[in-house]
Amino acid sequence: MLVRHHGAFTILASFMLALVLTILPLPDLAQSFRPQWVALVLIYWCLALPERVGIGIGWSCGLVLDVMTGTLLGQHALGLSLVAFLTLKLHQRTRLFPLWQQALTVLVLLFVERLLFLWALGAAGQATPSLWYWAPPFIGMLLWPWLYIVLRDTQRRFRVT
Amino acid sequence: MAVDHRQHHMETVRSFLSVLTYPLQYVASFPVTASHWMSDRLATRDQLQTENAQFREENLLLHARLQKLAALEAENMRLRDLVESSFKIGDRALIAELVAVDMDPYKHQVLINKGSRSGAFVGQAVLDANAVMGQVTHITPLTSTVLMITDASHALPVQVSRNGLRSIAVGTGRIHQLELPHLPNNADIQEGDLLVTSGLGGHFPPGYPVAVVTSVTQDPGQPFLTAIATPSAHLERSREVLLVWTLEPPVDTALVSESSTEPEVADSEALER
Repeated sequence: MLVRHHGAFTILASFMLALVLTILPLPDLAQSFRPQWVALVLIYWCLALPERVGIGIGWSCGLVLDVMTGTLLGQHALGLSLVAFLTLKLHQRTRLFPLWQQALTVLVLLFVERLLFLWALGAAGQATPSLWYWAPPFIGMLLWPWLYIVLRDTQRRFRVT
Repeated sequence: MAVDHRQHHMETVRSFLSVLTYPLQYVASFPVTASHWMSDRLATRDQLQTENAQFREENLLLHARLQKLAALEAENMRLRDLVESSFKIGDRALIAELVAVDMDPYKHQVLINKGSRSGAFVGQAVLDANAVMGQVTHITPLTSTVLMITDASHALPVQVSRNGLRSIAVGTGRIHQLELPHLPNNADIQEGDLLVTSGLGGHFPPGYPVAVVTSVTQDPGQPFLTAIATPSAHLERSREVLLVWTLEPPVDTALVSESSTEPEVADSEALER
């Protein structure tokens, strides 16, 4: 049976927006609190459309992010593809959770991404960052309910299936 | 990742992807660009006049200093001719602007708006108005990534301008700190010494200021001195940077002769012999 997909453009646009938000210049103080936009958007689409968005898209987004932020090729890609994989594994359960519980799951996923990134930093011989390094997952957790609602409405509005 | 880290096969992939992402970077830098543009447009006449007067004064001062420099340089060359050492001063510079995007916060690097089209190349030295800032690490036709001297993976050969003591300035990952490792305990180095590039690595042109030594501690139990220096460049504040071509590079003659035919290169420095 052939399933028709709609709204590839909307998904692409949301990722683009997340990428732009990631490199948007911020004051130094706010920089360490910048949420992991791409990971958040990726988690949402993996939950909402697990048959369309998955590890491949997570990996490509990660590569683009690596190029844009000038890290080693694959440094973000590794973390994001793992996040996509875990989200796909968990999506049936996570979808049924109330929003606050979902936010906790997202916190764990974001932590996994950070952890892999830290490991890659260490392997490449970079200096270990300060404790503020762990702040973005918490910001991401707080943002999740709002992001979820906004993206869900966008999805309905543009009938992304 | 390992391939990218150890070898450089992925450079083409990276530069191809960077070209694709350039629009996104442009969009991200737009708010800042727009605000600069607005402030340029909306500057009052009064402001412009004061600024203009300031610049004129500064220009006069710099010109005066340049006269002295020319005389000194001539003298220097004459002396060098006397001792028959082949040493040529002569660099060309091109002004590039930073693209206002935040890169990875755990690495000290910036994006500038000149790329291989303007003749920039990987390994090229980048200066700001005061001192050495870093070197070009990745390159695309329109932009290039500059790794700052304070990044933990960066090191550059320097010497103390007072007595010519050679050392290596290693980045620490902190924006205001460079480290000089492996200096013997009796090395003649003190607080306030100016470090200049020694040109030994072949990447950086010799003689540009890099940093000022801020602390020298000697622990009798340790085999080496610990010397910390602060970069003189405004690493996190400059908006414009200079890309420098050494006219007689020790390594890549081909690259430079290629770039010297580049029409876009604006000002060949007055330093040229």
